[in-house]
Amino acid sequence: MKLDSKVPEGPLEEKWSEYKKNMKLVAPNNRRKYEVIIVGTGLAGGAAAASLAEMGYKVKSFCIQDSARRAHSIAAQGGINAAKNYPNDGDSIYRLFYDTIKGGDYRAREANVYRLAEVSNNIIDQAVAQGVPFAREYSGLLANRSFGGAQVSRTFYARGQTGQQLLLGAYQAMMRQVQEGGIEYYTRHEMLDVVMIDGQARGIVTRDLVSGEIKSFEADAVILATGGYGNVFYLSTNAKNSNATAAWRAHKKGALFANPCYVQVHPTCIPVSGDYQSKLTLMSESLRNDGRVWVPRKKGDDRHPNDIPEEERYYYLEERYPSFGNLVPRDVASRNAKMVCDDGLGVGETGLAVYLDFRDAIKRDGRDTISAKYGNLFDMYANITGENPYERPMRIYPAVHYTMGGLWVDYNLMTNIPGLFSAGEANFSDHGANRLGASALMQGLSDGYFVLPATIGNYLADVKPGTRYGTDHEEFKKAEAEAQAEIDKLLNIKGKRTIIDFHRTLGKIVWDKIGISRNKEGLEEAIKEIQALREEFWTNVFVPGDKNNYNKYLEYAFRLADYFELAELMAKDALQREESCGCHLREEYQTEEGEALRNDKDFAYVAAWEYQGVNGELKTTMHKEDLNFEFVELKQRSYK
Amino acid sequence: MSKDFTVHLKYWRQNGPDAKGFFEERTLNTVNEHMSFLEMLDVLNEELQLEGKEPVEFDYDCREGICGCCNLVINGQAHGPKGGTPTCQVHMYNYKDGDTIVIEPPRAAAFPVIKDLVVDRSAFDRIIEAGGYVSVKTGSAEEANTHPVEKHKSDTAFDYATCIGCGACVAACPNASASLFTGAKIAHLGLMPQGEVERSKRVVAMVDQMEAEGFGDCSNFGECEAVCPQEISISAIAEMRKDYVKAVFS
Ligand SMILES: Cc1cc2nc3c(=O)[nH]c(=O)nc-3n(C[C@H](O)[C@H](O)[C@H](O)COP(=O)(O)OP(=O)(O)OC[C@H]3O[C@@H](n4cnc5c(N)ncnc54)[C@H](O)[C@@H]3O)c2cc1C
Repeated sequence: MKLDSKVPEGPLEEKWSEYKKNMKLVAPNNRRKYEVIIVGTGLAGGAAAASLAEMGYKVKSFCIQDSARRAHSIAAQGGINAAKNYPNDGDSIYRLFYDTIKGGDYRAREANVYRLAEVSNNIIDQAVAQGVPFAREYSGLLANRSFGGAQVSRTFYARGQTGQQLLLGAYQAMMRQVQEGGIEYYTRHEMLDVVMIDGQARGIVTRDLVSGEIKSFEADAVILATGGYGNVFYLSTNAKNSNATAAWRAHKKGALFANPCYVQVHPTCIPVSGDYQSKLTLMSESLRNDGRVWVPRKKGDDRHPNDIPEEERYYYLEERYPSFGNLVPRDVASRNAKMVCDDGLGVGETGLAVYLDFRDAIKRDGRDTISAKYGNLFDMYANITGENPYERPMRIYPAVHYTMGGLWVDYNLMTNIPGLFSAGEANFSDHGANRLGASALMQGLSDGYFVLPATIGNYLADVKPGTRYGTDHEEFKKAEAEAQAEIDKLLNIKGKRTIIDFHRTLGKIVWDKIGISRNKEGLEEAIKEIQALREEFWTNVFVPGDKNNYNKYLEYAFRLADYFELAELMAKDALQREESCGCHLREEYQTEEGEALRNDKDFAYVAAWEYQGVNGELKTTMHKEDLNFEFVELKQRSYK
Repeated sequence: MSKDFTVHLKYWRQNGPDAKGFFEERTLNTVNEHMSFLEMLDVLNEELQLEGKEPVEFDYDCREGICGCCNLVINGQAHGPKGGTPTCQVHMYNYKDGDTIVIEPPRAAAFPVIKDLVVDRSAFDRIIEAGGYVSVKTGSAEEANTHPVEKHKSDTAFDYATCIGCGACVAACPNASASLFTGAKIAHLGLMPQGEVERSKRVVAMVDQMEAEGFGDCSNFGECEAVCPQEISISAIAEMRKDYVKAVFS
C-alpha cells in the first residue's frame, strides 16, 4: 500500500495558504444537504461540531458521557501554546514549529506541524471571543507562562483549568448549534463500528448506553475525535472512560494505525499508593517552572526532606541539563526519574517517587504568588496525599499520559478510508515521538476549528449531495449484528475473573515491558503474555448485568477487549523500531550518557499498521510513510 | 502501610426511572484510608461480582474532580462530608472503622434516576443551549489582545466559570433549584466584555429554561454554595437576578 500524505507542494510557510487557495468548496446553500457524523465532543470533536454546523453542514455529534462538556479535555490543566509572542521574547510561528518538530524528536510531518503553529494564534483569538477567562496581567492583557521544551513563554492558561475553560468555550458554541438545529446531539451513545459502503465511510453503529439499543446512523463523512488510548495501561492520567474502541474498530475496518508505540509518560504525577488505585493524578507540568526536582544523594536517606541539607540533595535535572534544567521535555524528565529510582535514590514508602520542591520559589516570590499560580494544584495534592506542599516537597512519579500514536491521517486529516477523518489525540499527526506540553489543546482546537472545516469541504465537494443508502442497507445490518453478537458473547462467558482484574493484569504487562523503557527480550515476552491473557479473557471473564439496561461494566468489557489487541500491536511496533526516539526508549539504543539514540537513516518513517485479524496472534502488516525533512536539519536532540 | 478498616454501606438500588427504589446494605471490610470514595465503591463492586451479583451503577469519569460526572449524596450531603470537594476527591481517611455510610443519587424531579445512583442531568445542557454562550462564529474573532479586561474582573469571571455542572447545588437545595448553576454561567459571561451584547437576551432565555425544566425557585437557603465543589459564590444568583430584572423591566 502506498501512503500518500497529500502534503501540498511549495515552501513550508505557504503550503496551508496555497491549500486553502486551491481547495474545493461546497456552496453555502448546498452544505445543508451534507451530513457529517462527529464522534467525540472533546476539544477536537466539539470545535469541529460547532464550526461545521455554523458553516451550514448537518452535524450529528456523539459522546459517551451524559454531556459533551464532560469529555476528557476538561481535565487539561496547564495551558495551550500559541506563537503570539506577546512577551516579546523571540517567539514566532517558525520557532513554535521548530520546537514541536524537535520536541517530537523528528518523527512528525513537517507540513502538519507548521500548519499547527500557523493557526495557533487564531485559536487564542477564537477562545477569547467566546469569553474564555484566560489569565491576565494587571494591564488587562493576556498573560503567558513557559512550559517544558521551550525557551520562550508562549503558554496561555486559565489558572490550572485551561482545558476546562477551552472545552466549555467549544461546548457552548456547540450548544448554540444544537439550539439552532445544526447539530443533532447524542449523549451516552458509544460508537461500536464504522460502516463502509463502496469503500467509503458512510456511517456508524452505536450502543445507546441507557437503553442498550444498537442503532445505526448514516452520513456523508465520519470524523473520529475520540481521544487517546493511554488507558491500555490500566493506570494513567486519562479519564476512566477514555478508550481506544472507536479508533480500533475503524482500524479493524481497514484504517491504518500509526506509531502505536509512541506513548508519553508524564513526569509529574502523584505516585501510586495501593492496589485499589483506579487512576493516577497529574500535577501540571507548569509546576516545573517554579518547583525543583531532586532526590537525596544518599541511598535510603529517610530523613524528613526539609532536614536534608542542600549539598546532600541531588538536583539531577539541573545538574545534567544546565540550560533547560527542570524544564526539559517530558520524556527526558520521566526517564531521569525512573533512572534515579532504579538506582535506589527514590523516596516515599515505595521508593518510586522523587521530590518536587517549592521551598526556594516560596522564599523568592512569597507564598501568595505561588498560591495564585498553582493554588488549585496544591490543594489537589494536599487532598489526595494528606500532605501540605507549601511546607513539604511534593512526591511525584511518572505516569502514562498521552498517546502520540493513533489513526494514520493525511494532510487533510483523512484516514486511508475515504470519508473517514480523525482529529485530536485520536490521530497520530503532529507530535512525532513526543508531545510538548500545552500542545495537545492547541492541536485539538486547530484540527476542530480550522483544519477540518477546510478539508471536509474539500472532500464533500466530490460527494454527490443527498446520496443516501439508508440504515437498512446490508452493511449497516451486518455491523449491527456483529456488535450484538460480541455483546452476547461477552455476557455469556460468565467466568471467574472480573474485568478490572484482567485490565490491571494487562496494564502491568504493558507498563513493565512497553513503558518508559523497552528492550527486545521484554517486548517479545510481552507479546506472549498479552496473547495468553487475551485467551483467558475470552473464556474466563465475568461480565455482569444485562444488555438492555445501563451497564457500565459491559461497556468496560467491550473496551478492554480492544485493548488486548492494541497492546499487542504496541509491542510489535516497539519491537520493529530498533532505535530510540522521543518517548520510545529502546535500551539497546542509547548514547553513552543514556539519551535516546535515533537512527534517522533507517527509521525516519511513520509505521502505519494494517489489521489482518486475530487468531491466537494479532496478524498485521506494516506500511511506511517516509518522513522527508526539507526544512529542518535533523540533529541529535540536546537539552544540555 | 495503613490498616484496612470496616464500613457499613447502605446504597440506593433502582432498576430504571419507573422502577421502585430501595436501599441495599452491605459491610465492607477492606477499606483503606488512601482509597478515594469511588475506589471504595469499585471494591464493593468487585466483591459483588465475585459473588455473581450485579454491581451498583454510579457515574464517574476523570476521577480528579473536574468532569462533574460524579455526584453522590453521602449521608444526606451532596458530595459527602468535606465541602468544596467532589465525590471522587473524598478519601476514606474521612471515615473511621465501624462507620455507616448512606449513599443516594441526587434527588430532584428534573434529574430522573437512570439506574441506581446514576441520574439524567440533560436539563443542564438545555439551560446552556438556551443562551449560555457568546454567539461568535469560528473564524470571525478579532485579535485576542484588542480589548484589555481588568484582571480582577477576568479573575472573578473565571471563578464563576469553574462550575463543573455536577448538580450538587440542585441536590442540596430544599427547592431543587438550579439557580447557582445557571447564575454562574450568567455571571461569568456578564463580567467579560465579549458577553455584553447578548446579556439581556441570555438571562431571560436561561432563566425561562430553568423554570421549564422543573427546577424550583431560589429562597436563599445558601445550601448550594455550601456543597459546591468549586466553591462558587452565591453572589452568582444575585447577579442573575439583577440582570433578569434589568432585562425584563427596561
Ligand atoms: C490530566 C491531563 C492534563 C492535561 N493537560 C494538558 C495541558 O495542560 N495542555 C495540553 O495541551 N494538553 C493537556 N493534556 C492532553 C489533552 O487534554 C488531550 O490530549 C486532549 O484534550 C484530547 O482531546 P480530544 O478532543 O482529542 O479527545 P477527548 O477530550 O479525550 O475527547 C474524546 C471524546 O470522544 C468520546 N468518545 C470516545 N470514544 C467514543 C466512542 N466509542 N463512542 C462515542 N464517543 C466516544 C468521548 O466521550 C469524548 O467526548 C492533558 C491530559 C490529561 C490527561
